[in-house]
Amino acid sequence: MHRVKILEYALAALLRRPGKSAAILTAYTLLVTVLCSVLLLTHALKTEAEQLLAEGPELVVQQTLAGRHDLIPERTAATIAAIPGVASVTPRIWGYYYDSLTKANYTLLAADPAASPLELVAGRLPENEGECAVGMGVAAARRIGVNDDLILIDAANVGTIFTVTGVFKAESRLFTEDLVVVPGEALRRFFAIPAGMATDLAVRVHNPGEIETIAAKVKRQLPATRPITRNDLLRTYRAVFDWRGGMMLALFASALLAFCILAWDKATGLNAGERREIGILKAVGWDTGDVLMLKFWEGLALSLLAFLLGYTLAFAMVFHWGVPVLGDVLRGWSVIFPDLHPVPHVDLYQMATLAFLTIVPFVASTVIPAWRAATSDPDEVMRQ
Amino acid sequence: MRRSRCYLGAVALLLALAAVLTGRGRLAAAAHIERQLPEQRRLVAALQLTDLALWSEARYTRHPAMTDLFSPFQDHPGAMEHFPAGALFAPRWHTPETAIGIRRRDAEAR
Repeated sequence: MHRVKILEYALAALLRRPGKSAAILTAYTLLVTVLCSVLLLTHALKTEAEQLLAEGPELVVQQTLAGRHDLIPERTAATIAAIPGVASVTPRIWGYYYDSLTKANYTLLAADPAASPLELVAGRLPENEGECAVGMGVAAARRIGVNDDLILIDAANVGTIFTVTGVFKAESRLFTEDLVVVPGEALRRFFAIPAGMATDLAVRVHNPGEIETIAAKVKRQLPATRPITRNDLLRTYRAVFDWRGGMMLALFASALLAFCILAWDKATGLNAGERREIGILKAVGWDTGDVLMLKFWEGLALSLLAFLLGYTLAFAMVFHWGVPVLGDVLRGWSVIFPDLHPVPHVDLYQMATLAFLTIVPFVASTVIPAWRAATSDPDEVMRQ
Repeated sequence: MRRSRCYLGAVALLLALAAVLTGRGRLAAAAHIERQLPEQRRLVAALQLTDLALWSEARYTRHPAMTDLFSPFQDHPGAMEHFPAGALFAPRWHTPETAIGIRRRDAEAR
């Protein structure tokens, strides 16, 4: 009962300064919303990337020439296939295409038609010359669908017509948005890739525990190559989406800085009115513990409300409202960018950490200056 | 006691809302793992994909793990872009208002 009465008084104290309290609550809620949405979005995308790319090739071997990625001779596949533990080596042909009509970049990729039928393709993968399957981003940019024609300019500056046999469905947008899938030989001719050469080699390994060893053997036997393991892929995505990654860092740092300024401003001291209030409370019989409890409840009431409001808003923004604002920051210069509807993977530990890192400093910055005033003589405090 | 009751009620309501959202989210994530993920993984395996199709603005953003080692983001994990252009120029979106449809003559016959 005693605590409820102190809470009642704390709320009354906050409402006596409605402008200041509302301003702090708004700024605090916005800060938590920004931080929470960054963390929720990056964690959801990171988890999705890790789950999806776990089925990618165990090892990708690139040829390097003068420090840059170069085409790799397909005969290298035999050398790698001879390494014990290697299940298969498949040459991959893929590349980028700048479409001057839509000013977008597409990723052109050769696919094995034997992989069809795939549930996530409306239609089918291309099987014959002059056919292709496209991602939803390409279909939207070129306003085409199944059975329409896609005209692309090849390496000889000649228009090549592909009939669209399939469009990747919305569930696969995160990894097929800008794809144009074409049969292998057609793509080789389109990019004018010499016979016997490939963009890189995808290596399947029997035992995942041997991937690093096989990568080391490939590097030893073929020094001009760069083996990229699946762990490297996953590590890259972890780094890209991590707290410290790219633009997210800028958002996080600026929000954290704003919060630090707010907390520091509060921690530097109480204003004259607040000091007088503490003096009067002590003069009418409140002890130091009660005053500290009052200030604790004032800080907690504001920060708890701000955190819950911020978290709920951030959750709705990221998982229900299509990531407004943050999605545009993430999009950058990309012309083709999938609609973001991340799967709601929530790391509760991360959220608990964020709650701790936002609520505790704010409560501390409310209690500490009050403690200084509460331990002084009431008469002296009221005269200041 | 009116203010404290209102406040505690609001906090309880927000807490319940946050719990419901999180709980429903976790159920949705579990359902996604059970129903959609296997087919998504099949597609990734069939096309031997190595990256998400999130950023198609440059090769080092489209395939962060596949690109040359000296590209931005590849010098060390989480490295920022080197070039000031990235910070100075606002992104631009090209969404053509009109489109030219080109069909082969035999398209109607098909």
